[in-house]
Amino acid sequence: MDELSGMSIFAPLLLSMQLAFVTTVVLILVATPIAWWLSQTPSRFKAVTQAIVAMPIVLPPTVIGFYLLILLGPNGAIGSWWVQMTGTALTFSFSGLVIASCVYSLPFAVQPLQSAFESLPRQTLEFARTQGASKLDAFFAVAVPMSVRGFIGAAVLAFAHTLGEFGVVLMVGGNIPGETRVISIAIYDQVETLNYGAAHQMSLLLLVFAFVVLFGMFVINKRWSMR
Amino acid sequence: MQSTAGRLRAHFLLAALLPCALHADDIVTVAVASNFVKTAVEVSAAFTEITAVPVRISPGSTGKLYAQIVNGAPFDLFLSADTERPLLLEQSGHAVNGSRQTYAIGSLVLWSRDERLQGRDCREVLERGDYLWLALANPMTAPYGAAAREFLEKAGLWKMASQRAVFGENIAQTLQFVATGNATLGFVALSQAKDPDLPVATCTWTVPATSDTSLHQQLVLLERARSNAAARQFLEFLGTPAAQEIIVRHGYVVPD
Repeated sequence: MDELSGMSIFAPLLLSMQLAFVTTVVLILVATPIAWWLSQTPSRFKAVTQAIVAMPIVLPPTVIGFYLLILLGPNGAIGSWWVQMTGTALTFSFSGLVIASCVYSLPFAVQPLQSAFESLPRQTLEFARTQGASKLDAFFAVAVPMSVRGFIGAAVLAFAHTLGEFGVVLMVGGNIPGETRVISIAIYDQVETLNYGAAHQMSLLLLVFAFVVLFGMFVINKRWSMR
Repeated sequence: MQSTAGRLRAHFLLAALLPCALHADDIVTVAVASNFVKTAVEVSAAFTEITAVPVRISPGSTGKLYAQIVNGAPFDLFLSADTERPLLLEQSGHAVNGSRQTYAIGSLVLWSRDERLQGRDCREVLERGDYLWLALANPMTAPYGAAAREFLEKAGLWKMASQRAVFGENIAQTLQFVATGNATLGFVALSQAKDPDLPVATCTWTVPATSDTSLHQQLVLLERARSNAAARQFLEFLGTPAAQEIIVRHGYVVPD
């Protein structure tokens, strides 16, 4: 049973942390331009885009996972391209999990950023532009520093949501130790094999870790807003 | 309009009261391991046709259903995919003593739909390791996975296979990995491989039945159904030729 049970209860937690961290970094990079565009555009495609971005909230994770399994698989649109580019398959790999998690957690990163950008006073941005700042300069010099709470909110939600992810990983991961067996899957395995004791231990570990991270983030957030 | 609304309301009332109107004994609620669900649906339809007793089926993995039963889930019968959980339920007093019996014996099949394997011998592909991923159900949680691992170990193939194995949470998900082309080949249940809804296989090989690779699936009558005549009637029906014909047609062997 050694390959399956995994030597340490920390290994799956570490993997979950890695996945959540990488996903959060990627999501902030992807979600920022989307959220900025949504906050500024008068386009009639705004509502459509918003609805599409929110879709992952509606579909059950195992259903999203099933379609990602098809899409990311070696015969799928994205998966076959990936195989051509890298020579390796996307499903059952850490990279595949990152992509899946980004899809799954996208709305949780976009929405806090969008509301932060929308609440920026228009005059400030306009003033920056009249002082000769380019659009990009104005964004980085004015919008980003003024939206720090939005960024923190987006990061906390994306991180936490990915940490608690189960259904999507279950579907596209393949439960490979050290590669795709994240903490939620490991806990589930212990429950299924009647090892309730080990399940409790792992759950406690996850809860404590999640509490510390979230608490830390909220403390930072509060400090920031008081400045 | 008024009358329509009134009639509608009456319908809702009726629908709400219906479950109470049915005496507990007039319905059988069966918890069924995922691999046997399609068969169970057909068997219960045949049962209902004869007895007019409706059967409710709750599918799930054996481990999940077990945990639910121990925590008071309202099931009358438990059709497990293994022998271990029914035994545990009997020992812990959640199941009626002496009701435990084998209702079906499943077999393992090596199965692929990868076009590159068209016309090849599936067993040889496995031995040579001509695959990217091999799917099997999680040996820790799924009896079919445990049997697949047992077979691979005895054949001296586990070391190679475990490096490229992906584990389905249950046998249905394992099949999904192979059917969607994500795993080159996989160990699935013969009952699944016989499913007409499945894409055509490019190679299949049935693992010969041994004590390690034939999967005895047992059932138990749960304690709350001790005096439920309909549940016992369903139990008896499973042993009749009519039910056994359905079970065999779905790719299982029935016990003598």
